[in-house]
Amino acid sequence: MTAPAPNSTAPKSIGAEKIKVIVSAIVPLNNLVTRFEFKRIDGYQFPTFSGGAHTVVEMQDGDLKRSNPYSLMSDPAETETYAISVRRDDQGRGGSLFLHQKVQVGATMTLSSPVNLFSLDLRARKHLFVAGGIGITPFMAQIKQLDAVHGNWELHYSCRSPELGSYVDELCAKHAHSVNIYYDDKKQSIDLENLLDGQPIGTHLYVCGPKGMIDWVRRSAASAGWPDAHVHHEEFLAPQPGKPFAVRLAKSGLSVEVGEHESLLEAIERLGVEPPYLCRGGACGQCETDVLESEGIFIHRDHWLEDDEKSSGIKIMPCVSRFDGKILVLDR
Amino acid sequence: MTIQFNDETFRDDYSFSNSQRAKDRFPFPFHEDSYMYSINMEQHQGGPADSIYEKRFDVDEHYIAEMRDRALVLADDPLRCQSLPHMTLAGWDLLELIMISKSEDYPELFELHRDGSKWHWINKPMGIEDHFVFMDETTLPYGPMEYITRQTQGDFCVLDQREDNLWMDAGMVTTQADWSLDFDIGMNFFEWHAPVPLAHEKGIFKRALKFLLSIQQGAPARRLNWTMTVNPLLDTSPENYHKWGVQKNSLTPENLGSKQHLRVELQTFFRLPRSNGLVFPIRCYLMSFQDIMSKPKWGRRLHRVVRDLPEELATYKGFIDKRPMMLDFLAQYDDGLPTSFGVWPDDHSEPSLQK
Ligand code: HEM
Repeated sequence: MTAPAPNSTAPKSIGAEKIKVIVSAIVPLNNLVTRFEFKRIDGYQFPTFSGGAHTVVEMQDGDLKRSNPYSLMSDPAETETYAISVRRDDQGRGGSLFLHQKVQVGATMTLSSPVNLFSLDLRARKHLFVAGGIGITPFMAQIKQLDAVHGNWELHYSCRSPELGSYVDELCAKHAHSVNIYYDDKKQSIDLENLLDGQPIGTHLYVCGPKGMIDWVRRSAASAGWPDAHVHHEEFLAPQPGKPFAVRLAKSGLSVEVGEHESLLEAIERLGVEPPYLCRGGACGQCETDVLESEGIFIHRDHWLEDDEKSSGIKIMPCVSRFDGKILVLDR
Repeated sequence: MTIQFNDETFRDDYSFSNSQRAKDRFPFPFHEDSYMYSINMEQHQGGPADSIYEKRFDVDEHYIAEMRDRALVLADDPLRCQSLPHMTLAGWDLLELIMISKSEDYPELFELHRDGSKWHWINKPMGIEDHFVFMDETTLPYGPMEYITRQTQGDFCVLDQREDNLWMDAGMVTTQADWSLDFDIGMNFFEWHAPVPLAHEKGIFKRALKFLLSIQQGAPARRLNWTMTVNPLLDTSPENYHKWGVQKNSLTPENLGSKQHLRVELQTFFRLPRSNGLVFPIRCYLMSFQDIMSKPKWGRRLHRVVRDLPEELATYKGFIDKRPMMLDFLAQYDDGLPTSFGVWPDDHSEPSLQK
């Protein structure tokens, strides 16, 4: 660093330092979900964070480096340990399988500093949480944060079955009056219409779960007249496997083949080119990349680009989107 | 290094002055011979030894006097410090950030001892020692933001982040360049920037906001901004314009060198961990034209920047009427020689004035 920034260089996202950790505990919760707990290697404390934050976990899986976002679910004020809960995805590209099958207590890993794209709105008179399945994780941290200040919240949590109800026992034991559980296999479902109707003014609604649930909750809230700014959702997409394709990076003068189980972003990083990112799940917008030339079909999967940007083929989010065609040249 | 704190004023008799050290580390804001708004942002992760960029919160010889001036402003006008109810958590974030930074960066001046939530804070220069419970407002004499910013140089905007925007929902603003917290409270990034000329058209604010929203914990950023102030006044607020606006008319060709000050703001940006808010400290450094002229490179460059500044900017910054008089003064220090790139004075390599 020699001088304050010179004129008009477009800002790059500024990365915080990564945190080296050791896996201190692995706790299977049920058939699908396992909790991983981490301690720092350097002996310092973890940064505090805000409920809803995630960390990006780096995994060295053979030759492949994967980086997946997971919501932090430990107490935000707790600085000795971080915890995430991971659902095994047998169809996915293998990030969750790697954690479930290859990571053992004592392994060293790298985490990003916490980033929050799913914050509580602290003006809310009441926080109404709707969770589906593994979507419970960000709420675990938000509930702890609110409890520390006697905040007003209520949870509606829908799970497939009692066997797969991660943290149901813990939540019900501690917060019998604020927690409502619904099991699919018992044909129980959230009576959303009545739930939304009965809320005091100043309530904020948060939903995290499968895409279908998020869409349903957002649609219902909109038609019940809830202001957009009072409805919050978090949906990280995991990159999906797909047909391999070739890409050329114009600025760096490099070319690479994106593998079936690799994301475009990961392939770019494999070349040593590092686009900025915060979420790697199609939500934060940081890795947005200009397309210089293309002949083929874009498989856009992100929540970031506007529809017209997607159809025009001039931008792509390499974290989750793919390409099927002959020529793809990116401004990287 | 030990700091000798000045006994000085920023009002009435204006006994403010800069020592040689303060002049040497003044953040001269022009890296070339012209100026236009830009997204001039970079990481705030230290800087050259003894520069104002070195520490997270720079403490200098004006510390005690600036805090005294802040107390006077607040006594007259309590609305200079406001925090909407949902911003208390961000206030604790800020208190934690400053106490940890200052005690680590200046251990001979500040101490923080933590035993769980029982905190013990010692501010030696100001003679303050308090025991309090972190996150329990009743154990401090003021709210957490007000408590710590009465002990920290610079103004502070504490922003809530929501709806992909930043909202000015709290702040301590007593040393501002003609804008008002009481007016801006509750506004968002585009609303409070509305009066700024040219920058909106250039798309600067849209891109700047995108950058700010993605600032991460542990990765603060910074930029410089500048304006002009007659007399070394910290409180150039709209609320008190009737007091300081008229002072611009006291400028004469004879007193301009000592009365006219370049006012530079070191603006930093920190993500706040518990609240996910953002804090925007605005630290003001003042230097008289005559002191700036002691650096030949700065003298040459200031003349060229002021001369060529677009009219819109000179108007917005409030010195368009006095620009001719300023230029008469500054022209004496510009011999037309080229200047080296960058903000540093380069005292040893730049030629002295050839006039
Ligand atoms: C969240 C952080 C920020 C806050 C709280 C803030 C606040 C302000 C305020 C209150 C003003 C005075 C407007 C008036 O005339 O009433 C101002 C001016 C301005 N701001 Fe910001 N600002 C922030 C970040 C930025 C950033 C990142 C940029 C980057 C380009 C920027 C560029 C400017 C410019 C160019 C002016 C005009 C200054 C002058 O010519 O003296 N601001 N800002």
